[in-house]
Amino acid sequence: MIRELSFIDVLYLIAAARWTLALTAIAFLGGGIVGLAIALLRVSSLLPLRWLGAIYVHAVQGTPLLAWLFVFFFGLSIFGFTVSPWLAAAAAYSIYAGAFLGEIWRGCLQAIPRTQWEAGASLGLGFTQQLRYVIVPQALRLAIPPTVGFLVQLIKNTSLAAVIGFIELTREGQLTTATTFRPFTVYLIVAAIYFALCFPLTQWSRRLERRLHVAR
Amino acid sequence: MTYNFQFRDVFAAWEFLLEGLALTLELSLVTMAIGLVIGLAGAAARVYGAPWLKRIVAVYVETIRNTPLIVQLFLIFFGLPSAGLKFDANTAAMIALSINLGAYSIEIIRAGLEAIPRSQIEAGQSLGLSPLQIYRYVIIFPAIKMMFPALSSQFVLLMLATSVVSQISAQDLFHMASIIQSRTFRDFEVYILVAAAYLVLALLFRLAFAGIYQFVFARR
Repeated sequence: MIRELSFIDVLYLIAAARWTLALTAIAFLGGGIVGLAIALLRVSSLLPLRWLGAIYVHAVQGTPLLAWLFVFFFGLSIFGFTVSPWLAAAAAYSIYAGAFLGEIWRGCLQAIPRTQWEAGASLGLGFTQQLRYVIVPQALRLAIPPTVGFLVQLIKNTSLAAVIGFIELTREGQLTTATTFRPFTVYLIVAAIYFALCFPLTQWSRRLERRLHVAR
Repeated sequence: MTYNFQFRDVFAAWEFLLEGLALTLELSLVTMAIGLVIGLAGAAARVYGAPWLKRIVAVYVETIRNTPLIVQLFLIFFGLPSAGLKFDANTAAMIALSINLGAYSIEIIRAGLEAIPRSQIEAGQSLGLSPLQIYRYVIIFPAIKMMFPALSSQFVLLMLATSVVSQISAQDLFHMASIIQSRTFRDFEVYILVAAAYLVLALLFRLAFAGIYQFVFARR
């Protein structure tokens, strides 16, 4: 049934944005764990481990996120799992975010001069101790601006979860369009909500970056 | 696990996949060309333009970069017809992708332009180069050379992002995958195969960009 687009629809759309944020949070958490592992693999002193990390990053960054979503949503059921959109999305986004965050954080770890590692070694610290007390505290400062920047990418890309029926902002937009038949207005509102979520983060990331440059 | 992987039915539909691949390639290449033109013009306007022009370009870049591609696509394909502008799926896809890539290109090229030291431009002036010559040889060429890695990885990301156009029924590689899926019910096989195809494409694009860099920039 076609009905008029009313203010309550706008409220529903805004309410649906919380699922966008929830998915972003899950993706960031899962991706953060994967990304940390990948970054460590990429800076490890063993060649096979470095290769493993590199293959993972290239494989994920060379395939569309959409393909991962479909593989998990349609594919996992053949292994006997019942896959909900939540599970498929959480898995696909963790894999996807892990590759990008891993690459960002590797860059930050490698930006710390070699001599800092050597200074740690000459103080008798082991690999993990060097990492924990010398490298990571310095790399963390470098990592924050690009990580916030990636968060914006992540929020935008959660919109793709709509295609496997995950109810978030974009999916709610599709549903509202189907009942009100006002696609232009609805998608404009959806875009505005995304903008309201992303723009402050973009600005924050930019400010952090500028401050970092001043500090150096 | 007792699942038997059967790629036979999927491979039997290779003509579909090839057709989809052609559109994916076409969309990618056309969009890259248009995106680069928008990027060059927009970045020049953003850095050297009048204040009002700078502001317009900034609004364009920020609006596009802070909203999802799929929503931009829906707005153009489903939304614009109610304003009297109707496109078929392929045209809508091309427009949305170009507008999207254009914004990212502007931001990347702008960073390159701003990294050109003022003294370089003055050196060009003192050699008697015309403003157009300065723009071409002293500003744009080194700027693109500097930003080439960022630009080419953005282009590869765009090629992968073309898969989104399957959602407005443009018949690209990904759309063909869902057609084959609905005919053969071989979900896992189809999507794994298509993912592999994109991976190969991404690799080929990276190789091509590396080749272009060698050919155009490395020796100068």
